[in-house]
Amino acid sequence: MTRHIVATVDEIAPGTCKIVTVKGREIGVFHINNEFFALINRCPHQGAQLCRGALLSRLESPGPGEYSLTRQGEMLRCPWHCWEFDVRTGQSWCDPDSVHARTFAVEVEPGEKLAKGPFEAETVPVSVEQNYVVITV
Amino acid sequence: MCKIVIPASVRPIDCDVHLAVPNTRALLPYLDDYWREHIIRRGIDGDNLELSAYPPNAPLNCRPDWRPQQGLPGSQFEQLRDHVLEPFQPRFVICNVLHGSQIMFSEDLSAALCRAINNWIAAEWLDRDPRLRASIVVPAHSPELAVAEIERRADDRRFVQVLMLAMTEMPLGRRQHWPIYQAAEHLDLPIGIHAGSSFRHPPSALGWSSYYLEDYVSQAPGFSGVLNSLVTEGVFNKFPRLKVVLIESGVSWLPAHFWRINKTWRGVRSETPWVDRVPSEIIREHVRLTVQPFDDPPDKALVQTILDEIGSDEMLLFSTDYPHWHFEGTDAIPPGLPSDVLTKILADNALATYARLN
Amino acid sequence: MNMTVMDRKPEAINQSFLGFIDCDVHPFFKTPAEFDAFLPQRWREHRATIGGRTRQGLAKASNYPRMSPGNGQRMDAWPPDGTHPGSDLPFMQEQLLDLFNVAYGLLAPLVGGAGGERNVEFGAAMATAVNEWQLARWCDPDPRLKAAVQVNIEHEKAAIAEIEKRAGDRRFAQVNIPPRGVEPLGRQRYWPILEACAANGFPVSLHLGGNGGHPSTGGGWPSFYHEEHPSYVQSMQTLVTSLVCEGVFEHIPNLKVVLVEGGFAWLPALCWRLDKAWKRLHAEVPFLKQKPSEYVRQHIWVTTQPIEEPERPRDMLSTLEWIGVDRVMFSTDYPHWDQDDPRFAFKVPLPEEWRRKIYHENARALYGLD
Repeated sequence: MTRHIVATVDEIAPGTCKIVTVKGREIGVFHINNEFFALINRCPHQGAQLCRGALLSRLESPGPGEYSLTRQGEMLRCPWHCWEFDVRTGQSWCDPDSVHARTFAVEVEPGEKLAKGPFEAETVPVSVEQNYVVITV
Repeated sequence: MCKIVIPASVRPIDCDVHLAVPNTRALLPYLDDYWREHIIRRGIDGDNLELSAYPPNAPLNCRPDWRPQQGLPGSQFEQLRDHVLEPFQPRFVICNVLHGSQIMFSEDLSAALCRAINNWIAAEWLDRDPRLRASIVVPAHSPELAVAEIERRADDRRFVQVLMLAMTEMPLGRRQHWPIYQAAEHLDLPIGIHAGSSFRHPPSALGWSSYYLEDYVSQAPGFSGVLNSLVTEGVFNKFPRLKVVLIESGVSWLPAHFWRINKTWRGVRSETPWVDRVPSEIIREHVRLTVQPFDDPPDKALVQTILDEIGSDEMLLFSTDYPHWHFEGTDAIPPGLPSDVLTKILADNALATYARLN
Repeated sequence: MNMTVMDRKPEAINQSFLGFIDCDVHPFFKTPAEFDAFLPQRWREHRATIGGRTRQGLAKASNYPRMSPGNGQRMDAWPPDGTHPGSDLPFMQEQLLDLFNVAYGLLAPLVGGAGGERNVEFGAAMATAVNEWQLARWCDPDPRLKAAVQVNIEHEKAAIAEIEKRAGDRRFAQVNIPPRGVEPLGRQRYWPILEACAANGFPVSLHLGGNGGHPSTGGGWPSFYHEEHPSYVQSMQTLVTSLVCEGVFEHIPNLKVVLVEGGFAWLPALCWRLDKAWKRLHAEVPFLKQKPSEYVRQHIWVTTQPIEEPERPRDMLSTLEWIGVDRVMFSTDYPHWDQDDPRFAFKVPLPEEWRRKIYHENARALYGLD
């Protein structure tokens, strides 16, 4: 497991995703409500580029005809078959115990600290003034 | 053919036997004064009001050796005794009446006729043999009157379920039907959904077919639509104790039905967010099917595969579907059924489904 | 359902999935005016003023809104220029044809509304226009794409003329009829059109769709797309029932039928049910000389999408075996939301011979492709 600097925090606007390639894997890094999350860019169902899907809320219901919406923007819906995944855990809505997308630990670190290493910067140049998104793969 | 015999130690529960109203005149004593006069004055008593979904002379609808010299198959107690009660020695028989009363456009006329049929069932059948049980016939397109009839009959515990046709005016999950389900759940009555259509709509989205053969075969996809409606509308969320019995639906279509509705659910479930479990699981918990006709494959080894795919040994209920012609002699168990599930299918599953049999 | 987390690196596509024949590809228009070039002035004006007349309440939208924009498109299939999924050939090549080095793509244009048009003269004109449009916009620029002859089957004379006009043009692979019509397709009134298909060497492709005005179930109109989507399977079952029981295949022994976008796992149980009921009711249909399931085996092909996903994945194998692996053809349904990826559609490994047939050989043989 190694830590990889994949973006500056300013680079990923709220509600969007940056797709990076780390150790040959495509990973989507999401910025949602001032938090960052990272998921493999691959749907466990049929291999779609999962992170190109839409961010939706968690849609649930206490009973027929009743609709509730929680955790706005924290569910990722696959661009193909509309399977929904929790960006925090990677768990699918329908089969949370058996179907999930792999997630990666994400931290925001100041450039000052990162300058000491160890990390792998991929293509992101580090300066001490910036904050960075770091994922562990 | 691997013939399976009902073990002598088990007294089966036959969950689908058809009674026929011999003619509408037979109902006159069971109508109140107003409706008796109304029906005579309009000449309605001169017609049997048979459903076009079940032409009684079609070979499928009466086994040759069960066909009476005269009158409608299933219209005489003595025949039921000779053809079902004696040979199968059932513990209980659940009698279902399919009749035009259920589909008359006038809700009031429909309700009056249904009420008369239920009276007729009680007096002419249930009183004659303690093993007989029956479904309550209701005007399902008129939920208010249907509920009134269910409540009127509920004290007589020989009525063990409410009978509806698979295809009527609206898909059965639609909220307009919910008062019926509420009453049924409250009174420990499963909803029996029998093959058949009131033909308010063509048998399928393709339109009107030419032959009865097509209509009969298309009952199975019709039941697929019924299950999809019950599940997606949330009937089982709203009525968690409700049991539904598909009667004369066929069985072997169910696995492919599971696979497809489950797949759709994984993508579309947020349209109906109350469907919070995989549909096959909901169906396994709430839905039962009678075993005749089974629509078994030519290779009987596949029957075990079908049962494994259905994935529950609690869903199938023994039935003869008397007097319909699905088997010969007393070979009412579909060939290929594994013997280890026999006792459950023959009796235990029915006892678990029909609270009023206990 | 048992599934593992797919955590693969972006990879080269496994050779064995290259070069397949895709039996269901949906082309779309960038602008509806594209059809005008192929319409006579009289119908261009009609189209601009009255427009299409369907058998439903909503003028343009589907009765059942889909779950993703564009009436249920794959969300990543919108071309870079923002036009509709399926409307941009280079992008279709990038996402499908070139990505998998597709040998042939069988077009199923669900555009123009020709098949379900109530004004049958306009329907016939639109059918001709969409046929020309397929050639000009798709087949000529990329000869891997094969057109499907559009017809309006309520206009028998025009439909037969259109089929005859396209006969011998190898750019057309089949005739496409939407199965949800005014009457079940097996009815005798449609036989002359089906005869024309067979006589001119065209298989008949029955791609889900059409709108005869009847509810999607025999019990009435469902409330949700959640019901409508699986109701296509019910329509496919009654379609097979109609074609077999009405005697189409006795009357037209060389007719070949392809069911598209209905899945297929339902077919074995339907055959068992048909055979069983026929055993009792054969006197009603004395023109049937063999068991219904035998007509199915001889005359009907199925395409895979949307592929059923059995709870126990291995149940797919016995299903395919019963249908007959020489009758199953792979289809993606690109660019719709429920399309299948050739690499991951089957959740159980297929024997190599089966895979060869399903992905390549069956379609090649049926359509006489090189």
